[in-house]
Amino acid sequence: MERALTFDLERRFPGGPTVRARAELDLASARVTVLFGPSGSGKTTVLRALAGLDRPDAGSIRFGGETWFDSATRTFVTPQRRGIGLVFQEHALFPHLGVAGNLGYGLGRLPRAEREARIRDVAARLGITELLGRRTDALSGGEKQRVALARALAPRPRLLLLDEPLSALDAPTREALRGELRRTLEGSGIPAIVVTHDRAEALALGDRLVVLADGGVRQVGPVPEVFGAPADAAVARVVGTENVLRARLVRREEGLAAVRVGPFELIGLDPGGLEGEAFACFRAEEVLLEEAPGHDSSARNVLSGEVASRIEEGPLVRIAIDCAGVRVVALVTRASAHRLGLAPGKRVVALVKAPAVRLVPRGP
Amino acid sequence: MDAAALRLSLELAALTTVALLALGLPVAHWLAVSRWRAKFLVEAVVALPLVLPPTVLGFYLLHGLGPRSPLGRAWESVLGSPFPFSFEGLLVASILYSLPFAVQPFAAALSAVDPRLVEASHALGVSRLATFFRVSLPIARNGVVTGAVLAFAHTLGEFGVVLMVGGNVAGETRTLSIALYDHVEALEYGAANRTAALLLAISFAVLVLVHALQRRPLLRWNGR
Repeated sequence: MERALTFDLERRFPGGPTVRARAELDLASARVTVLFGPSGSGKTTVLRALAGLDRPDAGSIRFGGETWFDSATRTFVTPQRRGIGLVFQEHALFPHLGVAGNLGYGLGRLPRAEREARIRDVAARLGITELLGRRTDALSGGEKQRVALARALAPRPRLLLLDEPLSALDAPTREALRGELRRTLEGSGIPAIVVTHDRAEALALGDRLVVLADGGVRQVGPVPEVFGAPADAAVARVVGTENVLRARLVRREEGLAAVRVGPFELIGLDPGGLEGEAFACFRAEEVLLEEAPGHDSSARNVLSGEVASRIEEGPLVRIAIDCAGVRVVALVTRASAHRLGLAPGKRVVALVKAPAVRLVPRGP
Repeated sequence: MDAAALRLSLELAALTTVALLALGLPVAHWLAVSRWRAKFLVEAVVALPLVLPPTVLGFYLLHGLGPRSPLGRAWESVLGSPFPFSFEGLLVASILYSLPFAVQPFAAALSAVDPRLVEASHALGVSRLATFFRVSLPIARNGVVTGAVLAFAHTLGEFGVVLMVGGNVAGETRTLSIALYDHVEALEYGAANRTAALLLAISFAVLVLVHALQRRPLLRWNGR
């Protein structure tokens, strides 16, 4: 069976915006798909339609060979029969049931022994075995998040849907759980769709990004590609960070971390939890350009290359530089671009201060 | 004596409460989740017995279900006895008269259930009906118990509707409140005193129970 999710849907809100979103997502090639966009962009509308909690006004949703929704043939498969796992922003744990009761809630059809084995198994996988006897109101935010994810995973769904899974948590817990959530999603073997408005979350969790803005899908692609080459100005505004470079941790030094990006070594602030793969992110306006070869400077990160393209944006010029296969985008004033003679083929040096480089862990 | 009246009152109140749980919960659930614009009309109909004089309700019931109406004849052919002055007739009147006392607390408690919990249950493969019994009802439990207790107490104390529909047939429609009225009419103040004290005690006990329930947090099913 072909593992693909395609949706083409329209939902009108009376007196409000209309969401029109379409995408074809091959679920075999990317584990985690992030629906990314600012609030009001329609991402939760899409997620709720995929879950079957809301019925779009028009369009269709297909999963593998099944049609979940089709307004033309009046097909609608209820959420009960879609085989999905759903995780809400506020966790939505059943308050009248304990942790074990929550985990076993969706396993009513299994014989008792099998149900209990499944609860123990999923609890062990998420590291919440010691919470099984607890009540849910006594759990911390991070523990609730794990229980909610375990409850969704227990019935072995075919598709996981997560709505802002980390945003109900305080910042330190969120940082700590990001990598863990990525590992859990990857280890589950179940394709996942995560809704978020948080850039770091999108980078940390996603293999593929679906960017929504103004009620529509604007771009679909691998995470670094979408960040590095936004399809249009709306996407560029939404993603904000133009430079998202694949990196690998080399060493740590005094609160800083050194990563390898292509042939270069970049220094950034150590966010903690960094291990193996990461993304090095910085904004185009934080990149300084000099004529090659550069002078000595306080900037820790020096990438040399040649100008690949130049796009005028009002008073500014967006310059893409090819640094030995690593694509760096810089935003400079028109006057600077003129003074340096920035045109395709021109050799330049790109400088980035270490504090401007944000490192986002991607797991080992 | 009053033992028959007490038994009859308790029987009537208990059956009315059971019937209102069976009929009132679906109505309350609908009121809690429906987004129908004209829902307020149904809400007004449910609340009507709160403001209507019991005699008005009794009058329309007699008129609509009396032996001369088609509905009344159907009633008689099914149950074997006419609607007025029967226990069954009294039960129907009590259910209608106590409807808001049950449905309003039910609906308030059910609409306070976080809709995401219901959606989470649906996504976990549990049907709408099973979700109602496994999520909504346990969480709304206090409100449901409150509504049931209020319906019970209200039925126990009703007078006007009983007099209009049931009359005063010993062992059939002569409830405690009617017995009390009889005692006073017959100047039997000793008996009246006992009956009044009994009704006061039962009503007070019931209200104490309701208020105690509302103070208590959610019942814990899974202890630590």
